[in-house]
Amino acid sequence: METILVLTHTALSNETGADTGAALTRASLEAMTAGKELAAQLSASLTIGIVAPDSVAASAAASSLASAGARLLAVSGEPFAQPRYASDAAALEALARTANASIILAPASARFARVAAGVAHRLGGFIDTHITGLQIGTAPGAESIEATRWFYRQRVEAVLTRDVRPWFLLLDAGTHAAFAGESASAQVEQVAAQIPALRTTVSGLRSPAQGAQTIRPDAKLLFVAGAGWTKKQLDGQAHAPEAGDLILAFLRVSGASLGSSKSLVDQGGEGQPVLPFLTHLNQIGQTGSTPRHAKGLSTCCHGEEPHVVGWRFIAQRRAVSLDPNCGWTRGKADVVYVADAFQVMAKLNALLEAAKA
Amino acid sequence: MANAVHIVVCAGIVPDPLQTLEPITGPNGPGLKNEMVLPAVLDPWAASALYEAANLAAKNPGSKVWLVSLGPKAKLQQVMMTAAQKVPFELVPIDGPIGGFPDAHSTAAVLAESIAALPGLDRDRLLLFGGWESATRGAGVTLQLVGERLGITDQFYGVDQIDLRDDGSFEVLERVEGGKHQVSVCAGTPAVLGWATGNLAEPRNNPQTGMANMRTIMPALQKARPATLAPNGLRYVSVSLPKQQRTTRVVKDLTPDEIAAELVEWIGAE
Repeated sequence: METILVLTHTALSNETGADTGAALTRASLEAMTAGKELAAQLSASLTIGIVAPDSVAASAAASSLASAGARLLAVSGEPFAQPRYASDAAALEALARTANASIILAPASARFARVAAGVAHRLGGFIDTHITGLQIGTAPGAESIEATRWFYRQRVEAVLTRDVRPWFLLLDAGTHAAFAGESASAQVEQVAAQIPALRTTVSGLRSPAQGAQTIRPDAKLLFVAGAGWTKKQLDGQAHAPEAGDLILAFLRVSGASLGSSKSLVDQGGEGQPVLPFLTHLNQIGQTGSTPRHAKGLSTCCHGEEPHVVGWRFIAQRRAVSLDPNCGWTRGKADVVYVADAFQVMAKLNALLEAAKA
Repeated sequence: MANAVHIVVCAGIVPDPLQTLEPITGPNGPGLKNEMVLPAVLDPWAASALYEAANLAAKNPGSKVWLVSLGPKAKLQQVMMTAAQKVPFELVPIDGPIGGFPDAHSTAAVLAESIAALPGLDRDRLLLFGGWESATRGAGVTLQLVGERLGITDQFYGVDQIDLRDDGSFEVLERVEGGKHQVSVCAGTPAVLGWATGNLAEPRNNPQTGMANMRTIMPALQKARPATLAPNGLRYVSVSLPKQQRTTRVVKDLTPDEIAAELVEWIGAE
């Protein structure tokens, strides 16, 4: 009989959930859904572990999960107000030892991704990460949990299982619905964590020096700028400043998040007068992120397979490109407009501005 | 010499990103078709770690950089012909399997054992570097597991910058949600840093650096110790390529105004 522990944490200012006043991050609530579903399928007991900066926040988080009918554990206190390997590993280790669970689910947030493998090792367990789906195996006589994840940067998909326990599974954000239940008073058990001497001090968050915040994980639309924006245009000249203005104007009126190809970001790093607001954090694809947005609009990209990798989890995809034979678009985008992105984006911005007004 | 650090970079080798990958299942589990003949490169994020390590070592006299890499000897030799020309390092090769499908825990155990046995390594001055995720397994756990095995409890991931201070402490920028960096200050070594892209451009090939490196790389490759990786209960149910192929509508005959209007409607639609 499996026993399931779902690890959660309260929202920091940069995480989804903090802006809505939710006690827990959205990713934590998604892991909660996955845990509840799995527990129901396996008729397994469910425990929830909460990491919070103080007992008040822990209680608030517990109340929001009360309707799940699970055992609630919490580690709270000032050392857990900031994400840090030594303190977070101690917190998760204490929660996992108290729960004595065989399956441990957690969101693949920056906070938990930093420590979960270390905690699995301390418990003599094993870990698999970036899980996008969980199901019960159908082999006769051997009920098993099967996890889906991607290899080779979203180019190969695999379903795997393990017969050793405890098994940690880190769930990618956006793969489950967020848990939503009636808030009620809940009994939460405080767990003491053995924190080693702390040698690391977290001083806060820093935005990229380039100024405008162009990465918006919650945006419905991902706008991808390719290297074509800085190439010579029909008049034989490059128009990087105009390109930058068009892109920033579009982000402002559409609320889209900005992604970029590696080649364009690298040009910025080499000091060329290109798009100064781009950093490596904008980069998607083989050596960048693989964001999840409902829609994606690509412009001036002449990407190969590595670039397509960045679009793996974009549901609806459109592109504006001068090249009707661009390899990345065929079979991968829903619609390709063969046109000059400078002209299209200028018109698009004007229409969106007018609609907003 | 006050801030001399011993930097061990863990870096795997991966198929060149431009290669087409086709998974196959053999007697030892899943792998890639023609994996041994696919052109390989140093793992991109781990390569960033190597360049940052060399940069840090150059700024702090008395420092040293080791590159620990697990893979088939022949493939390691091929990749080193290029990697060795980038920055100075001492290669510690481990002759083992290639690819993303072997278990990360076993990989970490082999790496940790090799690092712990490095002659001349001062573990109090150790900075363990690597990519925060590989381009093969992409799990982001191997370096963490190596760190735990070596007893290092200051670990940082998605690192884009390290500033080593005169007192031995250092500031680290780690990528976190929302396109921001978390800023931390660590009292000093030892620590683990899993690098993202960093801020350095790829160094140009330097034949002199290459020749100096190859003097130690070739003997090291000849003496590379073999390693086998236990599956630790890991079993693959299926391994496949994504099958989704979209029917692309190529629109060639619309004016910018018409395209913009269509995009406005599409963006606004739920």
